[in-house]
Amino acid sequence: MKQYFIATFDNEFDLKEAVSAYREQNLKILDAFTPYAVHGLDKAMGLKPSRLTKVCFLFGLVGLIFALLGQYWTSAVSWPINIGGKPWNSLPAFMPVAFEVTILFAGLGTVFTLLIIARLRPGKVPKQFSTRVSDDHFLIVLSESKGILNEKLAESISREHNAVEWRLEGEVK
Amino acid sequence: MAENVLAIRENLVIGEKSLSNVTDDVLGIMERKPTGLWWFGLFLSVSALTLGIISIVYQIRTGIGTWGLNKTVGWAFDITNFVFWVGIGHAGTLISAILFLFRQKWRTSINRSAEAMTIFAVMCAGIFPIIHMGRPWLAYWVFPYPNFRGPLWINFRSPLAWDVFAIGTYFIISAVFWYIGMLPDLATVRDRTKNKIKKWIFTILSFGWNGSFRTWHRYETAYGLLAGLATPLVVSVHTIVSFDFATSSIPGWHTTTFPPYFVAGAVFSGFAMVLTLMIITRKTLRLEEYITKKHIENMTKVIILTGGIVTLSYATEFFIAWYSGNGYEQFVFLNRALGPFSWAYWIMISINLIVPQFFWFKKLRRNLVLVFILSIVINVGMWFERFVIIVTSLHRDYLPSSWAMYKPSLVEIGTLIGSFGLFFTLFLLFIRFMPIISIGEIKSILSFKGSYGGKK
Repeated sequence: MKQYFIATFDNEFDLKEAVSAYREQNLKILDAFTPYAVHGLDKAMGLKPSRLTKVCFLFGLVGLIFALLGQYWTSAVSWPINIGGKPWNSLPAFMPVAFEVTILFAGLGTVFTLLIIARLRPGKVPKQFSTRVSDDHFLIVLSESKGILNEKLAESISREHNAVEWRLEGEVK
Repeated sequence: MAENVLAIRENLVIGEKSLSNVTDDVLGIMERKPTGLWWFGLFLSVSALTLGIISIVYQIRTGIGTWGLNKTVGWAFDITNFVFWVGIGHAGTLISAILFLFRQKWRTSINRSAEAMTIFAVMCAGIFPIIHMGRPWLAYWVFPYPNFRGPLWINFRSPLAWDVFAIGTYFIISAVFWYIGMLPDLATVRDRTKNKIKKWIFTILSFGWNGSFRTWHRYETAYGLLAGLATPLVVSVHTIVSFDFATSSIPGWHTTTFPPYFVAGAVFSGFAMVLTLMIITRKTLRLEEYITKKHIENMTKVIILTGGIVTLSYATEFFIAWYSGNGYEQFVFLNRALGPFSWAYWIMISINLIVPQFFWFKKLRRNLVLVFILSIVINVGMWFERFVIIVTSLHRDYLPSSWAMYKPSLVEIGTLIGSFGLFFTLFLLFIRFMPIISIGEIKSILSFKGSYGGKK
């Protein structure tokens, strides 16, 4: 059975220091659970910058190309209509719509990607180690690395950094 | 150095709050029974909305001949209201996106409700052009979709088609931004409630958010990206709305200064509306510790700035009309100031020039009764600005034989009142059933001084 070591803190400052300490002792941090986006915790946990920025750019690019080609095709190829003698391909006049569609694709693409990679969807019942996370508790969940979880070490670090409580738990569904 | 600055700065949240105090304060609103004032407000709003629904049903059944329009003045009340409502929405995006990018932490208390205001205002704005189409049941024809009429496509060279894309994108992105921002707080409601039905509803709404920091980390990136996208978007929306006028060849409309002029005016009126709503909200829901006088003051400062830009635009328009040497252009502006609609023009000028000047004084900025009254006055002034731009430019055109006057019909006035009813009904329901302050963001600024609310 997989085991987790769960330490609870009541403020972000102890949490960040504890995270650094666990990492120094080569304990594997599965995840932290916090009531808000704690500033600087990403660095403490060693998380890489999210690649969503690139996703956003790509979706924007797709939107731009789609909008420009779409407007060109409908106005100049599929059914050209003479409007005030303007050229079939009135590129400058196509820019506002191209801009809006770029934003729309980039925005929706980023959000849907976020929902997919973070596995968020309507009605999902989340795995929770504590329901007080959304109120005022900060959790660190340590997991086994190579089948070993040094419980004693984790406990002493937690005590040293003012953890409110800590416990060992089996696989949580 | 940084500590000195922090020491001087006023706290963004008053009182030494712990994290769970914030949860209790904000979610407590949703758990308490609504106050009498809330019921009274809802009653008024629903009454106005009912009047609006009756007017809309009547004008759709009868046709837009029920409006006060004539051959000369083909655009008037509806487009005025449309531009007015779209403008209101802009302050919400400015607060949620632009102030986020500038790291203005004071936005955290008001961004959620300002974003909600944006969404509701855009909904109100949408009513008018859709009715103006004459056959609103064919409104989907504005979208370019493969059809059996050719396929005939929309005219992408028309500013009205641009409007569809601008307003549509604006609505979708604002709604997504608002909802994504609310996910962590919806999870807080889910974890806190003991009511089974409420728990079930908020489990669906909160998408399975569990506060995982790996998710927070990605979420923050996505939130920043959305803010970065919404910023040029909001500027583009009112720019495109101003193109409806600026790309025409009507004197008084055909002006290159319109985009910045409209955007500044939108933020000006939008902030006034945020002030109106926030002063009511903080009073009726007792949120004085979260929406402080500092918040009110900061917003009035934005009003001074944007009011100044609007004033400058009025002066520029007049100067350019004279300087252009174009007789038609000069006539339109003299007619605005001295013609039969001069009363509307002088309402606009006197309000939009003078009212922001009150806010130079700290004493007046902190006088909430005064700020509340002035915020409503500004919106009256800004409504008249759109009326003046639209109606006075049209009613005396090139051919004096077709000069005409315009008077709104009762149906049009009923629809305007109805749009206010819709706006306030939605807003009142929102402050009752959703977390109206971003709990997560407020919690993050509590730790601003290295401790929560001044204590570690």
